[in-house]
Amino acid sequence: MNEMDYRQLAADVVKIARGRGADEAECTISEGDEFSVTIRMREIETLKEAGARGAGVRVLLGQRPGSSYTSDLTPDGLARMVDSAIELARLTTDDPFAGLPEEAELGSAPGELDLYSDDVAALASDVRIRMARDCEEAAFAVDPRIVNSEGASFSSSVSQRAFANSRGFASAYRTSSCGLNTVPVAREGDSMERDYWYTAARRAALLETPEHVGRIAAERALRRLNPRKIATERLPVVFEPRTAGSLIGSIFEAVSGDAIYRKASFLTGKLGQRIAAACLTLIDDATMPGLLGASPFDDEGVPSRRTVVIDRGVLSSYLLNTYTARKLGLKTTGNAARGLTGNAGVGHGNLYLGQGELSPGEILGSVRRGLLVTELMGSGVNIVTGDYSRGAAGLWIEDGKPVFAVSEVTISGNLGEMLDGIESVGSDLEFRGSISAPTLLIREMTVSGR
Amino acid sequence: MGLSQSYIAAKFGIAERDLERYLAEALGSGGDYADLFFEHLATTSFSLDESIVKGATQGVSMGVGVRVISGERTGYAYSDDLSPERILRAARVAACIASGPSKVQTTGLQEAAIRNLYPVLVAPTETELGGRVELVKRADGAARAYDARIFQVQVVYADNLRHTLVATSDGTLSHDRQPLTRVSVSALAREGGGPPQRGSSGGGGRVGLEFFDNHSTPEFFAREAARQAVLLLDAVPAPAGEITVVLGPGWPGILVHEAVGHGLEADFNRKGVSAFSGRIGEQVAGPLCTIVDDGTIAHRRGSLNVDDEGTPTEKNVLIEKGVLRGYLQDRLSSRLMRSPATGSGRRESYQSIPIPRMTNTYLMAGESDPEEILRSVAKGVYCKSFGGGQVDITSGNFVFSASESYLIEGGRLGPPLRDATLVGNGPEALKWISMVGNDLQLDLGVGICGKEGQSVPVGVGIPTVKIDRMTVGGAA
Repeated sequence: MNEMDYRQLAADVVKIARGRGADEAECTISEGDEFSVTIRMREIETLKEAGARGAGVRVLLGQRPGSSYTSDLTPDGLARMVDSAIELARLTTDDPFAGLPEEAELGSAPGELDLYSDDVAALASDVRIRMARDCEEAAFAVDPRIVNSEGASFSSSVSQRAFANSRGFASAYRTSSCGLNTVPVAREGDSMERDYWYTAARRAALLETPEHVGRIAAERALRRLNPRKIATERLPVVFEPRTAGSLIGSIFEAVSGDAIYRKASFLTGKLGQRIAAACLTLIDDATMPGLLGASPFDDEGVPSRRTVVIDRGVLSSYLLNTYTARKLGLKTTGNAARGLTGNAGVGHGNLYLGQGELSPGEILGSVRRGLLVTELMGSGVNIVTGDYSRGAAGLWIEDGKPVFAVSEVTISGNLGEMLDGIESVGSDLEFRGSISAPTLLIREMTVSGR
Repeated sequence: MGLSQSYIAAKFGIAERDLERYLAEALGSGGDYADLFFEHLATTSFSLDESIVKGATQGVSMGVGVRVISGERTGYAYSDDLSPERILRAARVAACIASGPSKVQTTGLQEAAIRNLYPVLVAPTETELGGRVELVKRADGAARAYDARIFQVQVVYADNLRHTLVATSDGTLSHDRQPLTRVSVSALAREGGGPPQRGSSGGGGRVGLEFFDNHSTPEFFAREAARQAVLLLDAVPAPAGEITVVLGPGWPGILVHEAVGHGLEADFNRKGVSAFSGRIGEQVAGPLCTIVDDGTIAHRRGSLNVDDEGTPTEKNVLIEKGVLRGYLQDRLSSRLMRSPATGSGRRESYQSIPIPRMTNTYLMAGESDPEEILRSVAKGVYCKSFGGGQVDITSGNFVFSASESYLIEGGRLGPPLRDATLVGNGPEALKWISMVGNDLQLDLGVGICGKEGQSVPVGVGIPTVKIDRMTVGGAA
């Protein structure tokens, strides 16, 4: 079936639900085909190719919601799904804030978003396999200390998503994506370290070359060799783009409406206040053509848009769906997200930090003694309190230059103080995924080691 | 037991000759081995927030995965449509990995007699919905009644019933019915206008709803979550640097899961990328440490009658008195390493290729009295409960995040500490274990482990242990 067929099917499910007694209904249908190949030690390790479909419905009886999903898209399967959702709605509680977006709020972002490219599906299997092979080979070619590999993979997917609701919205869109990554293992004496690099895009032509991905991955693994554990002290900490992105992910959770209305975020009630250094601007934009975080509408049928979340240090907007907006007396920001069904949660489009003026080299150059964090581990971020304590690995900086690898340490602080302590934002912003950040320098954090 | 007793075979009218035909098609281009994994999954969940049952979801998904192995190569395809044409098509796609004439004869399928580790007559998924909604309401009431400072309570009840059917070209035929359920509670406490703190708890297993009747009641988990949130109102920043750490029994077993378990999964070791690669027979921990991965404990969340490749699970000794003994094997690694399968081949769903995974991983009890362990520490940190953990299996470095911990001063528990991450190196950290308590406990049954994008339910356990040196990442 094509997008139009799925759009019609979603609208039909909404009609069935209304016919069976639902006051409101919304239906999501998704279909996708995936392909992946992994090369390891120059041989094909796995080859996977398949597709799957699913449908989900959420109904409201009065203001009581019920949800259901199925992988059985036959008329019987869809009817059973609807009945199951209605049965559940009889058991939930009336929630005065539950409901669909207003009709006037529904729609699609204008303009062509370039979410689908024919060149992904058109790539021949042998080309995909060769890309993975070349990627791993490029890593091996960098240095004889790259002795092993966890492999290189090429993966791609082509999918469709349709959404309809009982306020008259019905639309669908098609996306494509592909990616290439490799995980080389470096060894010197007893020291063994791995790292990875990847590229991903909606268009095959926009991928970085296999040679580039392999080389960067190898260089990253090599620079981690022979790490030292350093003494515990308060130090300036530099986050490279990959780890800065992880920090942005934590800020996303803290500004999402679900955490805010429950008062479960350290940023609750801070709208309009200065929460970060003036050099920090955080933007969510799901309308940037071709990027992985773009979409025409959110998972409630509200048009995607650009929202400035932090404007030069001031918290200017939360990220909201219809429900969390109503709870807070605000308007949805078009950030509803969910799988096939259930009450919508809050998601992001392309969430990124506006770039600054200093190059990464200039930022490192400004640090006399400090830590460049290249990897973060574990789940030690408490959004309620802002307490932040995570495992880290990276490079010791001395007189502005990385001098040796550091591992088995933690970095800790409080997100509020960390945001306030951002001294520099780099000029090296790149959109590699749906969260993007340039290099960041935080004035001081506790680095725990020996 | 016959194939007729398989839920999936009955529901979709699958006979042995059908399975043999699909396997023959999968091996039609050569290859050493092929298998079929059918899965039918039914799920239910209820969520409560602000004392309102705000969410309720049910769902059904099903499908089949077809795998062909040729040497070290794996071909994989799946279908959510169980019609013969679609299964045969998936078999042909998976077969593309091999080339050449068919060389394996599929032997007749033999059904292995299996035990039932979770004889749950009526799975929670099969019960009246009303009874399950009550569980989240009971938890909410109990958390709020615990202390007036509790101001937000979220409760999730979730169950699923997973039926599997596995047929392999070397003749294994097995099916399983796997019920799973849990209740999770999260509570926020606040004192006056001060900053809030969160506490959480939960539990479950491969059990019927009667599990929630006695000790493991929703009220019990709710009070635990509330107690933790209230306790943390008085928490002080954790220390920073190397310090003596005492782990309490139960959840802190996440230490063995991260520090040892992942590094002993056979795929990493076959490829030589684990910090434990090639170290079988070496002393990697003190003689007090014996660590097992046991998929056979009745009703536990991580337990399975058979793994997702049709192999019965076992109690596998990973470390015996400090000496590294064995790896966790799936079929592919066991073939290539010429080592017996250990019942560790698991997958998230029919869409995923099976890989070696843990089940319930724990450190066996020692002889020390837990009180005596505490008394032996002049200054340190006592960890009672944890959030998540993670490991880099190549360097061996791991972390886990303490969600309830206390300062130890002069052999006694001092003030509670704010969240802190602990970091160590797998093959090194265990050498610092100097005392092992006699109070082994398993966790309450909510663990999830992620690897290569696949999540599976697991369990962990540990008695009280003393680790002489570990890095604690506090902000103090």
